[in-house]
Amino acid sequence: MCQLGNGELGYYAYRGYLRKIKEPIMKLDTSGLESAAPVWGAPSELVDGFSAAPSFDLPNTADFDGFQKEAIQMVKPAKGTTTLAFIFKEGVMVAADSRASMGGYISSQSVKKIIEINPYMLGTMAGGAADCQFWHRNLGIKCRLHELANKRRISVTGASKLLANILYSYRGMGLSVGTMIAGWDETGPGLYYVDSEGGRLKGMRFSVGSGSPYAYGVLDNGYHGLHEMIHQLKKLHVVGQQAAKLSCYRHDMSVEEAAELARRAIYHATFRDGASGGVASVYYVGPNGWKKLSGDDVGELHYKYYPVMPSTVEQEMVEVGGA
Amino acid sequence: MMMQIFEYNGSALVAMVGKNCFAIASDRRLGVQLQTIATDFQRISKIHDRVFLGLSGLATDAQTLYQRLVFRHKLYQLREERDMKPETFANLVSALLYEKRFGPYFCQPVIAGLGDEDKPFICTMDSIGAKELAKDFVVAGTASESLYGACESMFKEDMEPEELFETVSQALLSSVDRDCLSGWGGHVYVV
Repeated sequence: MCQLGNGELGYYAYRGYLRKIKEPIMKLDTSGLESAAPVWGAPSELVDGFSAAPSFDLPNTADFDGFQKEAIQMVKPAKGTTTLAFIFKEGVMVAADSRASMGGYISSQSVKKIIEINPYMLGTMAGGAADCQFWHRNLGIKCRLHELANKRRISVTGASKLLANILYSYRGMGLSVGTMIAGWDETGPGLYYVDSEGGRLKGMRFSVGSGSPYAYGVLDNGYHGLHEMIHQLKKLHVVGQQAAKLSCYRHDMSVEEAAELARRAIYHATFRDGASGGVASVYYVGPNGWKKLSGDDVGELHYKYYPVMPSTVEQEMVEVGGA
Repeated sequence: MMMQIFEYNGSALVAMVGKNCFAIASDRRLGVQLQTIATDFQRISKIHDRVFLGLSGLATDAQTLYQRLVFRHKLYQLREERDMKPETFANLVSALLYEKRFGPYFCQPVIAGLGDEDKPFICTMDSIGAKELAKDFVVAGTASESLYGACESMFKEDMEPEELFETVSQALLSSVDRDCLSGWGGHVYVV
C-alpha cells in the first residue's frame, strides 16, 4: 500500500491525467505540481520512479484533521538542534551539533545533521529527522536529473525552490522540516532557509533549531559589533592581526576565522541549550565544492573555551575526605 | 514518568554504599527546562560530618527544604548535645515532607550517612516522605532511569573508598550523557 511513485502512478502523473479513485484508500495526487517532463520519451519504470512526485496513501477517515493531530503527537520528532550557515568572502560556512533527543532523553549523540546533497550543495537538518533525510535525498535526485537534462549544475536558488514547492504542497499535513540549503553555483555562494510551513528566505546568515537564539547571539555579535569593535580597538592601539584574532563575523574573513566563528557559535548553543550537544561539525563550501573542516566533541571544546580553574568546592571536598 | 515540575530544573543524584564508607554524587547543572542557567549548582549538602543530604527536583523547594532541615537539626543538637544518626535524620526529612501531604515540596531527597561503628546508611524518598531503604545504591532526578542502569551494572559489594569513588563517578558521568536536563560536571563526596 505504502509506496513511493510506483510505475502505474508515475505514468498517469506523466500524462497529467487526474486519477479516478475507486479504492477505499485515497491517494494524494501531487502530479499537478510536477513541472519538468520526463527526460526520456517512453515512460520506463526507472524514470517513472523518479520523475513523478512521490505520493503517499492518505488515511481513510472522516476526521482528517483530528487524525493528523494524533499522528503528529504519535511520531513526535526529535526537535532539539542547533544548525547555522553564513556566507562570507570565500564561500559558505555550515555547522551543526549532533544530538537527537526525545523529551529529556538523549537518543543519539552522533547524528549527521549536515546532509550532502551533491558535491557543491549541503542541506542542514532541524525538525523531524525522517522528513529532512527523505526530502533532502529526494532533492538530491531532482538536482541530478536537472544536471543530466540541462548539462549544467542546478543553482542554489533553483534547488531551494524545488524543495520549498514540495514542502508547500504538504503544508498542514504534519511535515516538520527546518532546513538551510547552502552551496556554490555559477553566481557564487548561495544560502536559503526553507521550512515545512512553506517559507523560503534568501540571506547571508541563518541559524535553525532550539539552540538558534544562542548561536545567533554569537554570530550577530561578530556581525554587527565588528566595525564598532575594530574602531574601539584602534583607539586602544590594537590593530590588524590582533583585532582579527577576535574572530568576529566579517565578510572578508579567512576560511579559518569563519570556521572558528561557526564552531564557537555551535559550542555556545550546546552549552546553553540542553537539547543540543554531541559533536560540533563544520563544513565549508567553496568554488571547488564542500569540504568537512572539523568535528569536535563539545565536551572537549568546553575545556578549550573555559579552562578548568581550581575552585572552592574542591577545597571543601578535601576537607570532607579528611573527616 | 515523573511529573513535569520535577523536570523543571533537571538533576541527577546517586548514593552508593562501600565497605565502612559511602559515596554521594550529583551533577552541577541548574536549568530552566532546556536552558542552562548555571553549571556550578550544589544539590548535596553536609548536615554534619557523617550525614549528607541530596535534594533532586525543583531547586527552589530543595533550598527551602534544606534550610528547614538544617534549622531542625540545629535545634536537635542544642537539646541533645549530639549529632543526629542518619536513621533519625531520615525520619525527620520524612516527617517534614509529609507535613505538606497535599501541597508537597517537589523534591526527591537522597540521604546518606555513617551510623554507629561506621555502618553506612543510604535511603531515598518520594516528595511526600515515603522512605525507601536500600543496601547497595539509591538514585534520584531526571537521569534516574539511566542511573539505575549504570549503577546496576557497575556496583560491587564492599568497595574500598578509592574504588567506590571511581564507580560512582563513572556511573554519574555515563548517565548524564543520556539526559538533556542534567550534566556539566559533578560533585562527588566519599565518607
